[in-house]
Amino acid sequence: MIMDNLQSIQEKALKQIEEAGALDALNEVRVAILGKKGELTNVLKGMKDVAAEERPKIGALVNEARDQIEKALEEAKEKMEAAALNDRLKRETIDVTLPAKKNPMGHRHPNTIALEELERIFIGMGYEVVEGPEVEKDYYNFEALNIPEGHPAKDEQDTFYISGDILLRTQTSGTQVHEMEKGRLPIKMISPGRVFRADEVDATHSPSFHQVEGLVVDKNISFSDLKGTLVEFARKLFGEDTKVKFRPHHFPFTEPSAEMDVSCFKCKGKGCRFCKGEGWIEILGCGMVHPHVLEMSGIDPKEYTGFAFGVGLERIALLKYEIDDMRLLYENDIRFLNQF
Amino acid sequence: METPLSWIKAFVPDLKCTDTEFADAMTLSGTKVEGFRRLDKNLEKIVAGKILKIEKHPDADKLIVCQVDVGEKVTQIVTGAPNVKEGDLVPVVLDGGRVAGDHDGGSPENGVKIKAGKLRGVESNGMMCSIEELGSSRDIYPEAPEYGIYILPGDVAPGSDAIEYMGLDDTVFEYEITSNRVDCYSIMGIAREAAATFDLPFVYPKVKETGNDEKASDYISVEVKDKDLCTRYVARVVKDVKIGPSPDWMKKRLRACGIRPINNLVDITNYVMLEYGQPMHAFDYSTIADKKIVVKRAKDGETFTTLDGVERKLDSDVLMICDGQKEVGIAGIMGGENSMITEDVTTVLFEAATFNGTNIRKSARRVGLRTDASGIFEKGLDANNALAAMERACSLVEELGCGVVVGGMVDVYDSLPQPKRIKFEPDRINRYLGTDISKEDMISYLKRVEVEYDSASEELICPTFRQDLVGFADTSEEVARFFGYDRIPVTFPDDPECVGSLPFKLRVEDLARNVVESFGFSQGYCYSFESPAVFDKLRLPLDAPERNAITISNPLGVDFSIMRTLPLNGILTSLSTNFNRKNKDVKLYELGNIYIPESLPLEKLPDERMQLTLGFFGEGDFYSLKGVIEEFLVKAGMTKRPHYDPESGRPYLHPGRQADIVYDNEKIGYMGQIHPLTCKAYDMAKAEVYVAVLDMPKITEKADFDRKYSGIAKFPAVSRDISILVPKEVLEGSIEDMIIQRGGKILESCSLFDIYEGDQILSSHKSMAFNIVFRNKEKTLSDDEVNAAMKKILNGLSSMGIELRS
Repeated sequence: MIMDNLQSIQEKALKQIEEAGALDALNEVRVAILGKKGELTNVLKGMKDVAAEERPKIGALVNEARDQIEKALEEAKEKMEAAALNDRLKRETIDVTLPAKKNPMGHRHPNTIALEELERIFIGMGYEVVEGPEVEKDYYNFEALNIPEGHPAKDEQDTFYISGDILLRTQTSGTQVHEMEKGRLPIKMISPGRVFRADEVDATHSPSFHQVEGLVVDKNISFSDLKGTLVEFARKLFGEDTKVKFRPHHFPFTEPSAEMDVSCFKCKGKGCRFCKGEGWIEILGCGMVHPHVLEMSGIDPKEYTGFAFGVGLERIALLKYEIDDMRLLYENDIRFLNQF
Repeated sequence: METPLSWIKAFVPDLKCTDTEFADAMTLSGTKVEGFRRLDKNLEKIVAGKILKIEKHPDADKLIVCQVDVGEKVTQIVTGAPNVKEGDLVPVVLDGGRVAGDHDGGSPENGVKIKAGKLRGVESNGMMCSIEELGSSRDIYPEAPEYGIYILPGDVAPGSDAIEYMGLDDTVFEYEITSNRVDCYSIMGIAREAAATFDLPFVYPKVKETGNDEKASDYISVEVKDKDLCTRYVARVVKDVKIGPSPDWMKKRLRACGIRPINNLVDITNYVMLEYGQPMHAFDYSTIADKKIVVKRAKDGETFTTLDGVERKLDSDVLMICDGQKEVGIAGIMGGENSMITEDVTTVLFEAATFNGTNIRKSARRVGLRTDASGIFEKGLDANNALAAMERACSLVEELGCGVVVGGMVDVYDSLPQPKRIKFEPDRINRYLGTDISKEDMISYLKRVEVEYDSASEELICPTFRQDLVGFADTSEEVARFFGYDRIPVTFPDDPECVGSLPFKLRVEDLARNVVESFGFSQGYCYSFESPAVFDKLRLPLDAPERNAITISNPLGVDFSIMRTLPLNGILTSLSTNFNRKNKDVKLYELGNIYIPESLPLEKLPDERMQLTLGFFGEGDFYSLKGVIEEFLVKAGMTKRPHYDPESGRPYLHPGRQADIVYDNEKIGYMGQIHPLTCKAYDMAKAEVYVAVLDMPKITEKADFDRKYSGIAKFPAVSRDISILVPKEVLEGSIEDMIIQRGGKILESCSLFDIYEGDQILSSHKSMAFNIVFRNKEKTLSDDEVNAAMKKILNGLSSMGIELRS
């Protein structure tokens, strides 16, 4: 009798589990069969009417039925949950090709990008970055650099004057003097900064632009060190296959002096519109620090030697990023800046 | 500086190289060739032809048919040129040849190809050329007709190369001469460099001794009153002058240098100036009063008419050449109309002098007349060259038969430059260059540029025309130039103690760029100088300290005349540019200096203060800008709470939307919306523009990149929300200040999460809601502790006239 009952309960339960469409229904089955007042629980409650010797057998059967029902419940639950998750994932499908929600970063000015590249290269070679004043004394801009009063170079540079011996620096070279005067040797520095010359604004001129000055002073610094350093710089900036040419030149504060050309990075030296058909592009001026300049700054030229170089930052930026008009650099049109 | 190769070869006869080889070699030895042009570019198959016969064209009134002897044959050429006659020698381009210029005066890149053909039915086997078709112009061939064929001067065999005959088989090189190489502003100087570069002999021109048995000193006396401005004055006299054309060889050289031949006398002075780099002047001797030349400063306010007919204003720093009574020339710049050479001249006074270069440069600028001569004088010439040039000129006078040179000369100077002696230090030179050049090689390099070695004293002796050679470094450069810069090895400085670094200031600037760019601000670059009108656009009162700006004494114009004392004009101008170009949502920033003078006029260098300036229009508002600033401060290690003082009183900002940014009780910047009137002044009245400015020196002072880990809170936080009714005039910041102060140590954070003004509440009030979080790092907070803190806060609120909402 109990056995039959047990059998039918189990069958009914398994059928109901199979038919349950949702987790709620499944829970109802659980309560109706296995709950405190559930059918199977009632069977157990009816055990007191069973003969004592039958009880273990019946008990085992009840437990077995319970296990099977519980297992079926568990399986059905897992199945339902998996189906529900699948449903959810399906529902949550999005069009991944819709446009991105943009949170755009601003853009760095090409001058700064070029400067940072230069700084990285030279810092990597052990250079310290220092700054000097933009409004400067005549002495530091000219005289201490071997450009005394009346020197043609002083006129050539179209200086903006303020008053007395104060002017807007025409070159970053004055920073060399400030560094040398500190008397801390050796010196290995670059100095980027803004300089001013009385040039009218046009596609290739600006009354204010930027230079990066370099200076190394130590015992036994030679022209070959200058060459090595700048060849390395050119390769890092313009690519490992860049060729470099040094031409003798003249600057009042260096001797010997040179200008450095690099092979055109656009046509690789074949000659193109970019390098005006020459295959070479002039990049910077450099030279061995003039002994008189060392001397004026309190350094004994018999003991110490040095080299210096100066790079026009805008020139590098214009060349490297193929910008054809210098005015763009100071207009700050966002359509220009956005390209960097 | 330009030189034709043929003239260089006159000094370096063994020179054999292509144009490109010459240009490259000269550039690498220090005489930079900027470019070169062949005078016979696109000139092919052009011979001298003799016109034997001219007949009318049967079918065209304006054409003629010429039988021309072109050497191997007589050929028929049809032309429309009006100027040819039978017997004329003309340049003829043969069938298949090429000319440089077309009929319309243009010069196509590849010239114009000439083919035999028929002109109105009559066979024409070539073309007779105008000077323009030969790639030149009447400027330097003044005898060429305005319309028509260039008639070859002199006698030339028909069929011979007309290009060669005209001296057009030449290349003109243009050089960039550096200011130290005064000697290279001459053909001779360049030729000397060429000889040294190619290691070939340099041959000086043949200069004959000149002069009859008279004495120049009987004709003229010279007195130099201002010897500081005139170190040497050489005068010679030429009588019985016969003005006529110069010989062809001289004309060719002058023309190749772009100088028009005029007459033998003028051509000689031009020729010598080109060749020796020494300007000369020729006076009509008959105009010189009292047989006397006086060199002295002008008087202030005097005027003088130069030979171009223009009256010039003088001052006491301008050096004048005078005779016994009057001025006859501005020294080194231009002669006077009153003493200029005319066709009728019979006796000429030649001047070759050395003037103070700086004085000439400044005088030329003040007088407003920069001439070829002054351009050379201003570089400061070698006084020894004046005599050499004078002797060359007189030798040419005799050679060309243009007059009788009077014997002797008047030569006035106190002292002349002597060859400079420099210690020869071959080992030091090698150390300096990083080379291993033998002493003998060095001496040979130096000898090429006429620097001699005195082995007895171990000194180098430098010629006086090389004023740039003064010390050890200069001799090193001469060695390096002729050893070859390209042969110097490539090494690195040996300096292990040097470590690369970016100073703290620049690291803070770097951070600023990174942070503001992450918020969408793009970097602009603005000028440091601007117009004083900026102050009006920014509505600054007349007594505003910002108006005390440094003035540039020689600005490019009023718009670039003062050094900025505040950074807004740059960013506003840039925003305006963008706004008026219809760019949307533009966010810009700038890192640039302002220049604050201690006093004016400037005696000390100004305080250059780096400013971080942000500005935008479009998307965003005051509070979004505040968010950018605060994020930067936090990243710079400035983690204290910044304060905002609305009483900043800046006239360029909206009076109700501005604040000074205060950190640690110090103003570090300001921000706000640009005042509508300032916006209007910047031509963007319709834009709502916000700006913020941070004073970077203050930021750098307070910034700190050091960080210390303080642990992650282990004990739970207690969070309380309060909703309050606040009188409108009470600032949110002051409520936060009070809560933070009264919340005490256990207060972790306090944040506004709602604000409301409107119908639901009193119009004099606003409703606010704060979330206040308490936490004790050491233990779990008790309700009592939190309640006590909240009670203090609530008391504080009521003392501010703030009610708790139910």
